[in-house]
Amino acid sequence: MLQYFDPKVNPVVDHNRDYGTKPSLSEKQVVLEIDGIAIQVPEGTSVMRAAAMADITIPKLCATDNLDAYGSCRLCAVQIEGRRGMPASCTTPVEQGMKVWTQTDALAKLRRNIMELYISDHPLDCLTCPANGNCELQDMAGAVGLREVRYGFEGENHLEAPKDTSNPYFTFDGSKCIVCSRCVRACSEVQGTFALTLDGRGFASKIAAGQDEGFLDSECVSCGACVQACPTATLTENSVISMGQPEHSVVTTCAYCGVGCSFKAEMKGDKLVRMVPFKGGEANHGHSCVKGRFAFGYATHKDRIRVPMIRDSIDQPWKEVSWDEAIGFAANRLRAIQAEHGRESIGGITSSRCTNEEAYLVQKLIRTAFGNNNTDTCARVCHSPTGYGLKQTLGESAGTQTFDSVLKADCVLVIGANPTDAHPVFGSLLRRRLREGASLIVADPRHIDLLDTPHLTSAMHLPLRPGSNVAMVNALAHVIVTEGLEDLDFIRERCDNAAYQQWRAFIAEERNSPEQMEAVTGVNAELVRQAARAYANANNAAIYYGLGVTEHSQGSTTVMGIANLALATGNIGRDGVGVNPLRGQNNVQGSCDMGSFPHELPGYQHVADDVARGRFEQAWGVTIDHEPGLRIPNMFNAAISGQFRAMYVQGEDIAQSDPNTQHVEQALRSLDCLIVQDIFLNETAKFAHVLLPGSSFLEKNGTFTNAERRINRVRKVMPPVAGKEDWEVTQMLSNALGYAMNYQHPSEIMAEIASLTPSFAGVSYEKLEEFGSLQWPCNDENPQGSPIMHVESFPIGQARFAVTEFVATTERATRRFPLLLTTGRILSQYNVGAQTRRTENQVWHSEDVLEIHPHDAEERGVKDGDWLGISSRAGHTVLRARISERMQPGVVYTTFHHPHSGANVITTDNSDWATNCPEYKVTAVQVERVTQPSEWQKNFHDNHQRQNKFLKDATTAVDPS
Amino acid sequence: MSWTIHVPSDTTARALGSDRLVSGIQVLAREAGVELHVRRNGTRGLYWLEPLIEVDTPNGRYGFGPVNDSDLDSLFASEFWKGEVDHPLALGLVEELPYLKRQQRLTFARLGRIDPLSLDDYRAHAGFRGLEKALTLAPQAIVDAVKESGLRGRGGAAFPTGIKWQTVLGASADQKYIVCNADEGDSGTFADRLVMECDPYMLIEGMTIAGLAVGATQGYIYLRSEYPQAFRTLNSAIERACEAGLLGANILGSGSDFHLEVRLGAGAYICGEETALLESLEGKRGMVRAKPPLPALVGLFGRPTVVNNVLSLAAVPFILDQGAAAYAEYGMGRSRGTLPFQLAGNVKQGGLVELAFGPSLRELMFEFGGGTRNGRALRAVQVGGPLGAYLPESQWDTALDYEAFAKVGAVLGHGGVVMFDDTVDMGEQARFSMEFCVAESCGKCTPCRIGSTRGVEVIDRIRAGEQVEANLELLSDLCDTMLNGSLCAMGGMTPFPVQSAMKHFGEDFVKNASAAELEA
Repeated sequence: MLQYFDPKVNPVVDHNRDYGTKPSLSEKQVVLEIDGIAIQVPEGTSVMRAAAMADITIPKLCATDNLDAYGSCRLCAVQIEGRRGMPASCTTPVEQGMKVWTQTDALAKLRRNIMELYISDHPLDCLTCPANGNCELQDMAGAVGLREVRYGFEGENHLEAPKDTSNPYFTFDGSKCIVCSRCVRACSEVQGTFALTLDGRGFASKIAAGQDEGFLDSECVSCGACVQACPTATLTENSVISMGQPEHSVVTTCAYCGVGCSFKAEMKGDKLVRMVPFKGGEANHGHSCVKGRFAFGYATHKDRIRVPMIRDSIDQPWKEVSWDEAIGFAANRLRAIQAEHGRESIGGITSSRCTNEEAYLVQKLIRTAFGNNNTDTCARVCHSPTGYGLKQTLGESAGTQTFDSVLKADCVLVIGANPTDAHPVFGSLLRRRLREGASLIVADPRHIDLLDTPHLTSAMHLPLRPGSNVAMVNALAHVIVTEGLEDLDFIRERCDNAAYQQWRAFIAEERNSPEQMEAVTGVNAELVRQAARAYANANNAAIYYGLGVTEHSQGSTTVMGIANLALATGNIGRDGVGVNPLRGQNNVQGSCDMGSFPHELPGYQHVADDVARGRFEQAWGVTIDHEPGLRIPNMFNAAISGQFRAMYVQGEDIAQSDPNTQHVEQALRSLDCLIVQDIFLNETAKFAHVLLPGSSFLEKNGTFTNAERRINRVRKVMPPVAGKEDWEVTQMLSNALGYAMNYQHPSEIMAEIASLTPSFAGVSYEKLEEFGSLQWPCNDENPQGSPIMHVESFPIGQARFAVTEFVATTERATRRFPLLLTTGRILSQYNVGAQTRRTENQVWHSEDVLEIHPHDAEERGVKDGDWLGISSRAGHTVLRARISERMQPGVVYTTFHHPHSGANVITTDNSDWATNCPEYKVTAVQVERVTQPSEWQKNFHDNHQRQNKFLKDATTAVDPS
Repeated sequence: MSWTIHVPSDTTARALGSDRLVSGIQVLAREAGVELHVRRNGTRGLYWLEPLIEVDTPNGRYGFGPVNDSDLDSLFASEFWKGEVDHPLALGLVEELPYLKRQQRLTFARLGRIDPLSLDDYRAHAGFRGLEKALTLAPQAIVDAVKESGLRGRGGAAFPTGIKWQTVLGASADQKYIVCNADEGDSGTFADRLVMECDPYMLIEGMTIAGLAVGATQGYIYLRSEYPQAFRTLNSAIERACEAGLLGANILGSGSDFHLEVRLGAGAYICGEETALLESLEGKRGMVRAKPPLPALVGLFGRPTVVNNVLSLAAVPFILDQGAAAYAEYGMGRSRGTLPFQLAGNVKQGGLVELAFGPSLRELMFEFGGGTRNGRALRAVQVGGPLGAYLPESQWDTALDYEAFAKVGAVLGHGGVVMFDDTVDMGEQARFSMEFCVAESCGKCTPCRIGSTRGVEVIDRIRAGEQVEANLELLSDLCDTMLNGSLCAMGGMTPFPVQSAMKHFGEDFVKNASAAELEA
C-alpha cells in the first residue's frame, strides 16, 4: 500500500529532528518514491528533506535544516532512477515521479570511503572528547559502518591545529574540524554577522574568525549559532566541556528581551548545562543571542538571595528569618501603615521580568488586599506611550505583527530602536530580509549597527536630533499627504473620516514640511522626502520602533504619529507591514496586558468601566476603586511628601532604572516599609525593610508574552533557591493580609485571567501545550490566536488618525548644558545589568562609557579614555570617554548597565505628557575632564559597601532554619 | 617604395624576442635606407616557427622563421622584404604551409592576419557581419542558429551552447548576464589567449550576439591574471568598440544595449569552474556551488547567466555570419564544427591546430606535431588538460570526437594536447595529478579536499614499494570515491589521469614492489 505523507494527518514537525534542508513553502505538491515508499511533499523540497519526512534517514554532515543546502560532505549521496552518478540529496530537489534509492551497495561503499577520508584527518580521542555522545561525525562513522582507515594516521593532518579559547563561553578546537562550513554559514545566513570565513583552500582550508584574529577580537557577537551548527566537538560550549553532555531537556522561554526566544534548557539533574535555542520557537526559530544562549550563570551566582530577610531600618544589618516571619512582618507593617495613613498610603510595582501570572497576582493583591489601585509597572518607564498611543489610534495597545512578518516587508522604517543590540534575534531576521533586498530607513541620532548590515542593498539614515521625533514623523506624513502618496481606498474603508480630515488638514500645513522641520530635526529635507516616498511607495512597508520613540516628553505623540503613517499608507492589517514596538523586557507586553497600570484592569479594561470593573469585583469579591491609582512617579512624589509610606516591589530595580536617581533615592528613604522581592540585593533592595528571595525564570512555571503578543510557556527546570516561586510569595503575602488566595499552579491563575480578560478568553495551559504558543487576542473568534492584528477591522471599528502637534521638549541645549545626552543599551549587557553583570558577558562591556563626537571632544580637550564629568540640571556623574563618530556633534551617548555609572543621576524628571514615561532620551548636559568620581558616586560606593556588609553579616550571623 | 613587414605580437612571440626584432629591423632598415613599414599582427599560432616574420607581396605573405636577432643581418642582406628570396629561414607563402593549409580555420580565420586592435582590419576580414545579422533577428532566431550549428561548449564539458542559451532566454529576470570564462588554466592550452590577444573583437562580437540572443545587457570577461597582455588588449578593444558604437548603449543604432567589462581572477585554477568563477566574479572566495540551480537560471548575482568559454563565444560570429549549416557542415557525429587543438609538451611542431572533428589523435600528433621534439619515441599523451586521461599508443587512433574519446575514458576538453616521450615516469605523472588537485582544490567537498592529499601519499607509498598491491587497491578506491563523490569536475576528473596511468602504464607503479609481492 502506498503511504502518503499527508500534512493534514501528520502536521507535527518534530523540532528535535534535523530534516537536513529548509522546508519549501510551495503550494504545489509533488509525489515521489524513496526506497519504495511514496511520499508527497511541496515542490522545491530537497530529496533529503523528503526522505526525512518519510522517516528515512540519509547520512549527512554538512546539511542542517536551518541553513541553505551546501553539498560539500557528499555523504548524503543517493541514486535516482534514470540519472547518472550519485547526486547529493541535500542539493537535489524532488521531482514528480522520481524514484530514489538511499541505500545501495554502491552508496554504502562511497559513504564508507568518504568517512574513511574524514577520519584519516581526525583525532581518535572519542572517549575523552567533549562531544562524545553528541557527535554527528561519530554517528556517521557508525551509520556507514566504518571499520578501518587504510590511509593510516601518519599522513598530513590538522591534529596539531591550535585551540581558540578566547571566547568565555565556547572553545574552538581546530583539530576536530571537518570544514563543513556549517559555522560559517550559520554566522552568515542565520546571524547575519559574517564574522566567520574559510581561510586557505583545499586541504589547508580552515575556519577563521574575522581576519583570523580569534573569536573574541573578531566581529563575532557570540550568538552561539556556530556552536549549535557544529556537528563535531570543534565548537563546544565550555559548560559541556567541563560538565559533560546533558541528559534531559525542558523547553522554556528566555527571560531577557522582548523577543521571547524559546530555548531547550539542557540539564543534568537540576544542573543547567546549556541553553540551546529551540527550533520550534515561533519567535526565534532556533536562533539566539549571547544573552539568552550563554548568560544564564547569574541564576546560580553566589550573590543570589537565598533566605528571606527583614530589618527595622535601612541603617541596620539584615536579619535572616523564615518565610512566615518575613511575610508576617511585611503584612503587619502594611496594615499598620494603612491604619495610620489610610488605604491609599501603600502600593506596589509589578514586574515585567516575572510571568504573566505573577504580574496578574501582584496587581490583584494591590486591588484586593491593599484595597487600592496603586499598582504600576516598569513599562511606565519604557513602553507606556505605546500602550496609550496605539490604543488611541488603532484601538489596541500592542504591536500589530509577528516577527516573521518582516520577511515580507519591502521597506523597513526603524525609528529609535537598535535591534541588533537590544533585540538581536529579531535583528538577525531583519538583516536577512535586508540582504534579500528590502530597503532600510533608520531615523536615529546615532549611526546604529543595522546601517552596517553586510550586503545591505539600500539604506537611508535620517540622523535626527534627540527630541525631534514628532517633527520627523510629521514631516514624513506631510510628504505622503502633499505628494499624493496616501492609500485613499484604505483610508476610506478603514479609518474614521472626521478624524482623518482633521489630521490631513493639520499635517498638510506647510509648517510640517521637511523644509520647515529641517531646523528642528537637523535632517536634510530632501532626504526626508526620499524616505517618505520609499516608505509610501513600497508594496509592504513596516515600522519598527523602540524606546527612542517612547522615552520622550512627546513619546505618546510619536507613537500616534507612527500609527498615522501606517494608516495613511494602508500599511496595516496584513503580512509584511504594521506598527511594531520592540519591547524592552521579556514580559513588558504581558505585564501591561495583566492590568499592572493604575488605570487599567487586565486586558486594558479601564477601572472606570463599570461593566468590566463589575466583573472583577464579582470574581474577586471586593470593591475596586473606580479612580486610577498612583503611577510610579506619583508614588515617589507622594513618598517624599509623606502620604505614601509603603511599597511592594517585585522584580524591578527602580533605584537604578528610574530617572533622576537622587530623587528616587530620597523617595525610597522616605518609606516606612519597602518590600523588595528580587533574586539579588539590587539597588532598590538597599533601601528595603523586607527582602524576599525571588525565583529566576528557570525556577518557576508560568508564561511570558513577547513583543508580538505571543504567550509562551516558562517551565521550571530547577527548584527555586529559596523554595518558592514568585507567585507563591505574593499569594502568601495576600493570605497574610487576610485576602485569601489558594492557587496550586500558575495554570489556575491563567484560567482566572482567561475568564476575566476577553482577549485572553481562549488561552489555557492545555492549549499552550498543544500549539506551543498563542498570540492574543485568543478567544472564540480566534481560537488559535491572532498573528496579524486589524486584518478586517479595528477593535474601535475604524482607526482614528490623531493630530500630532510638535511641541519641543523643555530639555534643550543651553549655554550651561550645551550637549544632549541620550541613552541606550548594548548587546552584551541587559538593562540594569543585575543578571548580565554576573556573567562572563562582562568581557565585552565591563563599564559604561560616554560616547562623544571627535568635534565635541576636541573642543573640550578630551582624549579617548579620559574621565569625564557629566552634569545636568538633575545631577553629576563621571564616566570614561570614548571618542566615536556614531554620534553627531552635539550629542553624547551612554548606556545604563552599571549602577555606579549613575547614568540616571543625570536624567531628569521630565516625562511623556500622556503617560509619564520618563524622557531618558534627552538630557541637556555639559561634560568636562575630571580626575575623580562624582559626589554621588562616592556616596553610592559607601552605601554599596555598607549594605553589602549588612547582607554579609546577616548570612553569617543567623541560622536560617 | 615601401614594404610592409608583419611581426607577431602575442605573448609567445614576444617571449621569443619579437619586440627586439622590431627595433632591430627598424635600425637596420634605416641603415640600409629601405622603407620598411612594420605592422604588429597577432600570431599564426605556428609556434615552432616563431618569431615568424611575414612580408606582404602581391602573391600573399611570405614568411621567415623562426627568426633570431642574429638572423637579421643575413635577412637584410638577402633583401627579405621582397618576399620570394633565397634565405635559409624562407618559408614561402605562409598560407601554403601544410601545417596551416590543412587546418580548418573557421574561428581562427583571422589569426595572425590582422592587427588585433584595428577595427578596420577586423571589418575587412568579415568582422561584425555576424553581429549585424543578429541585430536583424529575433532572440529566438539567434538561439536557433546556435542550436542548429551544433556548437558545444568548448571549455571542456561540451554542453550544447544553444540549449544553454535557450534556458537563459526562457528565464524571466530584471537582469541577465553573459559571462565569458577566460580563466584558461589547463596545462598546454593557449587558444583562449590567442583569441583575446590576436582577435579580441571576435570575442566582443560573440558576447554581444549572446547578449542579444538571451536578453542580457551586461557581460563580464573573467580573465586569469596571468594574461596581462590579453587584459590590456581586451580593454583597449572594448574602449574602441564602445567609441565606434559597436558596444555599450544603442549598439549600431539598434536600440539594444550590451555593456562589457573585464574582471581579473586571482590565480586560482578552480575559478575556471563555472560556479566558482561566478562566486569569484561576485567578489567572494572562489568556491564551487552545488548544482542545481543551474547558472543559466540562478547565476551571477542570482540572475540567469550564460557562462561560456572564450572559444564557444568566439565561434558564434562565424555561425551568425555564414549560417548554422556552414558551421555544422564540419565535424563528425554529434561533434559539429571545429575544435582548436593546442599541441604542447614534447612536440616538434607545437602550436594551434584548428580542425574539424574527425581525424585521429595520431594524425594530429604526427602529421601536425611531427612527433616528439627530441626525437625519442612518444609514450603517452594527455588530452584535455591536467584532468584529462593519459592515452597510450593503443588509443592514438581514436578519432578527435567527444563521443569517441568518452568511449575510451578520455576527454577532448579544451583541446590541449600534451605529449610525453618514453622517458616519462607515469607514476610520477599520476602523483602530479593528485598534487595538482591538492594545490587547486577549493576545499569544499571532502573527496577532493582530503582525497587529493591522501592520493599523493598513497602514490608515494606505492612508488616507494610499500604494500604496493594493497595501496593500489586503496588508490583505486580513492579514485572511485573522488569520481563519484566530488562536487565538481576538479575532484571528479582528477582520477582520469591517475586511473589511465594505472591502467595503461601499470608497470611504472610497481617498479619498487618487492618480488614477493609481485609474485602474489
